Amino acid sequence: MDIATQAIEGGFADPVFDAQTVFRAVMDAMARPGTLQPLPVFARPPAPLSATAGAIALALCDNDTPLWLDLVLQPPAAIKSWLGFHTGAPLANTPADAHFALIATPAEMMALDGFSQGTQDYPDRSTTLILQVSDLVSGAPLLLEGPGIETTATIAPAQMPRHFVEQWKQNNQRFPRGVDIILATPEGVACLPRTTRIKTMEA
Amino acid sequence: MTAQPTDIATYNFAYLDEQTKRMIRRAILKGIAIPGYQVPFASREMPMPYGWGTGGVQVTASIIGPDDVLKVIDQGADDTTNAVSIRAFFKKVANVAVTTETAKATIIQTRHRIPEHPLTAGQVLVYQVPIPEPLRFLEPRETETRKMHALEEYGLMHVKLYEDIARHGRIATTYAYPVKVEGRYVMDPSPTPKFDNPKMHRSPALQLFGAGREKRIYALPPFTDVVSLDFEDHPFEVQTFDQPCALCAAENVYLDEVILDDHGGYMFVCSDTDHCEKRREQGHRGHLAPESPLEKTEPAQ
Ligand SMILES: [Zn+2]
Repeated sequence: MDIATQAIEGGFADPVFDAQTVFRAVMDAMARPGTLQPLPVFARPPAPLSATAGAIALALCDNDTPLWLDLVLQPPAAIKSWLGFHTGAPLANTPADAHFALIATPAEMMALDGFSQGTQDYPDRSTTLILQVSDLVSGAPLLLEGPGIETTATIAPAQMPRHFVEQWKQNNQRFPRGVDIILATPEGVACLPRTTRIKTMEA
Repeated sequence: MTAQPTDIATYNFAYLDEQTKRMIRRAILKGIAIPGYQVPFASREMPMPYGWGTGGVQVTASIIGPDDVLKVIDQGADDTTNAVSIRAFFKKVANVAVTTETAKATIIQTRHRIPEHPLTAGQVLVYQVPIPEPLRFLEPRETETRKMHALEEYGLMHVKLYEDIARHGRIATTYAYPVKVEGRYVMDPSPTPKFDNPKMHRSPALQLFGAGREKRIYALPPFTDVVSLDFEDHPFEVQTFDQPCALCAAENVYLDEVILDDHGGYMFVCSDTDHCEKRREQGHRGHLAPESPLEKTEPAQ
């Protein structure tokens, strides 16, 4: 299949309702950090962009939202064409200009503070990171607390960034600035908004 | 092709175009991630005047899907012109199911009340907000209030509340009583009676606030700390009523005064009409309840 055909195929079959369903799953996941909000397969982007991460990009990105692709997603022309065709989102010149970042290999990603953190006046002007992970159970367990969580929640996402707990603590300390994370798994989405704290177990 | 054209085909689903929905959806996600912070958004013209809840309508239109069940209340009532119009609007442009029953709704759009029936996880409460800025009456300049929020400079707000105490012997503010969210942002709970403030605290439901004219969206995720501002020697207190609802005998609910005749007759009844009807269906009777059994009202089509 040539790139032009690949770019056109694999978008939402029913753009209005698919976008609403994907958004609602992300909204519920952001409102209830650490919960997995299931999603069926709505999009078939070129590899290695995952179906879930691709669907989130289609639901949230457009020509107002510069997009950053990580080192694995940058080279394939098919991915840029697919995202360009279906969202119209321009590529961000630097991570700090990105409204959204798509990360296929979180374990090798750059530091969280390299992305836009927003400003003290406009903390919403920050990058939302979409991390592709294979599951939420096989990584190091993270005990979560904060808004949206009644007591505590636990997830163990695979392939998380290096020194994630320490990086996330620093992200918390920048509040109200900071990045928010959407974890895209083959089953659905889970979120870590900047308010979520990772509790370190007492030794 | 055998499909018949339907009403809905002549509208964008839920009225707004997809680009507008995406923009509002992104603002909602930021609002949830920064509880109590007012996210700017590019408010659209809606087919209803400002003051009719265009901010709340845009939020509802951006989150609603075909499986949702919508309830709309105005000052607690499902049957006012404003509530009926908004409900009819969404029935027409999104073809969604509507209800007056708090427990059956997935989305509740509200003007100035929180239902008496406890909200549950999975429900979304959408507030129509006229003035989202709690510091506006202290400082008219947006650039200044933004700086005050950025620097957490809320001293003036406390001074104003304390002046109330000096003048009235208590904090006289009874509506739009300011709250602090997660120990950080001071937020306007919209002009709900302060009676409802405690219901915002650690609610299992997601609360979204839309201000159309002022172009702001803000949010309270579930289980978020929402504390009404007060002082050690003058703690926050909700309004109390010295009599139960005249129709259903409910206590510890918010009551409205209803004029009965030209001779100064009045009664106090539940502001939440669904709550009052439910209680009367269950057989609760206040001292002015009519003899005949209550007829169930259906939402306007
Ligand atoms: Zn009553």
